[in-house]
Amino acid sequence: MSDPKIEGFELEKGFRGMAKDTGSDQTMFKGVHWGKAMMWIFLLSDTFVFSCFLIAYMKGRASTPAEWPNPSEVFALEAFGVPVPLLLIALMTFVLITSSGTMALAVKYGYERNRKMCGYLILATALGGLTFVGMQAYEWSKLIHEGVRPWENPFGAAQFGSFFFMITGFHGTHVSIGVIFLFIYCYKVFAGHYDEGKRGWFTKMKGDYVEVEILGLYWHFVDLVWVFIFAFFYLW
Amino acid sequence: MSDEYENKSSYQAQSSETISGTGSGVSPDIDYVRPAENPEQDLYHAHSFIEKWVFCQDAKVIGVQYFLTAVFTGVVGLILSWLMRLQLGFPGLAGFITAEHYYQFVTMHGMIMVVYFLTALFLGGFGNYLIPLMVGARDMVFPYVNMLSFWMFFVAVAVLMASFFVPGGPTGAGWTLYPPQTILEGTPGHGWGILLMLISLSLFVIGFTMGGLNYMITILQARTRGMTLMRMPLTVWGIFTATVLAMLAFPALLVSSIMMTLDKLLGTSFFMPTILKAGEVLEYGGGSPILFQHLFWFFGHPEVYIVALPAFGIVSDLISVHARKNIFGYRMMVWAIVGIGALSFFVWAHHMYVSGMNPWFGFFFASTTLIIAVPTAMKVYNWILTLWRGNIRINTVMLWCLGFIVTFVNGGITGIFLGNVSVDVPLSDTYFVVAHFHMVMGIAPLMVIMGAIYHWFPLVAGKMLDEKLGKWHFWTTFLGAYSIYFPMHYLGFIGVPRRYYEMYDSPYMTSGVGLNEFISTAAFIVGAAQLILVFNIVKTMKTGKKAEKNPWKANSLEWFTSTVPPEHGNFGERLPVVHRWPYDYNVPGAEEDYLPQTAAPSEVAHTEVEKT
Repeated sequence: MSDPKIEGFELEKGFRGMAKDTGSDQTMFKGVHWGKAMMWIFLLSDTFVFSCFLIAYMKGRASTPAEWPNPSEVFALEAFGVPVPLLLIALMTFVLITSSGTMALAVKYGYERNRKMCGYLILATALGGLTFVGMQAYEWSKLIHEGVRPWENPFGAAQFGSFFFMITGFHGTHVSIGVIFLFIYCYKVFAGHYDEGKRGWFTKMKGDYVEVEILGLYWHFVDLVWVFIFAFFYLW
Repeated sequence: MSDEYENKSSYQAQSSETISGTGSGVSPDIDYVRPAENPEQDLYHAHSFIEKWVFCQDAKVIGVQYFLTAVFTGVVGLILSWLMRLQLGFPGLAGFITAEHYYQFVTMHGMIMVVYFLTALFLGGFGNYLIPLMVGARDMVFPYVNMLSFWMFFVAVAVLMASFFVPGGPTGAGWTLYPPQTILEGTPGHGWGILLMLISLSLFVIGFTMGGLNYMITILQARTRGMTLMRMPLTVWGIFTATVLAMLAFPALLVSSIMMTLDKLLGTSFFMPTILKAGEVLEYGGGSPILFQHLFWFFGHPEVYIVALPAFGIVSDLISVHARKNIFGYRMMVWAIVGIGALSFFVWAHHMYVSGMNPWFGFFFASTTLIIAVPTAMKVYNWILTLWRGNIRINTVMLWCLGFIVTFVNGGITGIFLGNVSVDVPLSDTYFVVAHFHMVMGIAPLMVIMGAIYHWFPLVAGKMLDEKLGKWHFWTTFLGAYSIYFPMHYLGFIGVPRRYYEMYDSPYMTSGVGLNEFISTAAFIVGAAQLILVFNIVKTMKTGKKAEKNPWKANSLEWFTSTVPPEHGNFGERLPVVHRWPYDYNVPGAEEDYLPQTAAPSEVAHTEVEKT
């Protein structure tokens, strides 16, 4: 029950104080917007989804009797006549991480009520996401041309194709959903909906720049998940 | 609470207020409650019939919608169980039940009852209705998403029900849907049936996630002034912990559903090993069926507690109200709920003792399983100690609670049998298992649901259900349920396997035939006895007496709404301010035998109430 407005009030030290503060009325996370807390919990749940996928991938890779393909050969890209391993993936990762940076800046400008900068940065983020999805589509089509299918592939264990398409596909869906929302938010920022607190089309809730931050949380999460997918698929 | 601020009089002047003010002008110091941390919730009121009753954003209406949809699926599940019992008790009597049908009934009965009935009823139904009322909020924190949650659930149910009408019928793989047989020829419903089942489960998970986010954040972030975590009714604690479990366990179900859908549709081999069929090697190969079992039970075991924890919470409140006594060991109860929830993630492989996994796994999971009995037993003792020397009202609600304790202890003890590897191996896949889980997560939570219906009906509908009919309903259900499941333990001991269409003239069925007939007859009667409740509700709505406000003289906030039944926004102009836990019954010195959570300390200064 820390009440900073009450002079001289001090929280008990240690676990008891923490427990009291956590359990005190009315909120557990002081000053945290409801929507933001919901996004965090959703991301926790989504973490479990991706963890299940990746653990299943590890188990599948460990237990299949056929040989696992060598990722640095499968994912190599020909540049100037020389096969460079992981070139495309490095680019994709760079674009996605950069878009995380622009998103963070968009949140900052949003809270500063700098409508234009916020809007442009969200637009940049959306374009980054779009580039990522485009490059992923290119990679998929390249692999499909080489004969990789969800049920088989010429390089070895069939599970390679299955897990690759399923997990990158699931992640790509996350990115695509994020891009759609980024474009919508971009429009809403430029149209000034968050400045005037215009009500949402469906939700009928008043708009606020905190929504940009909530979308930003989702976007950073999608990036973070990519780092894990990158490590598990391309570096292992 | 109050006493920490006793000398801060300069501050309390602007913020201390009580909704049931004593009229003494300046409130005394001890009534201090911290000022509001949240702004007033911006509610969107419905403007049309569709917005008010169909796509409604009011958590109470959504709760009722969830409740009715779940009960509908429950009735389907009940009819399926009748058909199964018809075949088991009187083989061949109903010629239309083939072996394929029987397996489809088993599968659909299990899945419907566990996921679409109990989970949706407790979290979607009671959760939506009670959470905002009990924590003193005007609505869920994101009503629009809450509305979507119900409609997603509705679509999931529609897809599930559609699988009865597709070519090949619903899946008959057993509710655990173990691959590889689930999606291979020879299993009923291996085409459309299993696909619709997997799609329906995925939709259910998505829909539930939307609802679950609302329940969690409403409880964590939108409580009324003075409602600290340790002053919440145990109902809210149970539903909250169950929601946390669901948010972390359903992902495994979603992932396994997606993977199996791909195995079925695209011919991937996530769960499919090399398979010989009639001497020919199938296209599948290299996958791991055990992986599915791990994923499924990582969801499946917490799922048991997703059903049980809300029941624990609700029954604690019902017992306390109807024994007119504070719940014994409130903090212990809270920590037991949280502890059971945490432990439930480390016990899943006790469903897999016979799957051929490493024996050391069995050792580990047997230990964790038995450890979980400790907090559970603490809860049972606390319920009994709450009853001890209480001023017990033997009404319908209390009868259901007592029925719960008995059936739960019974099912819990057989759980300890099955938790041990060496006892489980001979008993696994026998009727002993069937008896165990029906007792502990079928009948026991159902007893709580029934008690909760009789308890909260006056709040939802504003009328009192008939007590006499309620007692008939209870006794037929309770004795009938015992007649069904108690003999099943014996069937298990003599080795009758579960999921068998017919036992024909197996040697151990000499004593089992008569029992099976008896069990089936009891099942028909118990199922039909539920019509008493339907009749009671219809009769009450037509001619029943109007409920007074707070008819049970309970303390928690849902009984202190501005109108009964509560309207949108729940509490009228002002949200209640909470000064105590909801269990102050029979406090020495108090005029009435209960002190509502909203009673300010200054109003009850002459009582010997403990600080909570």
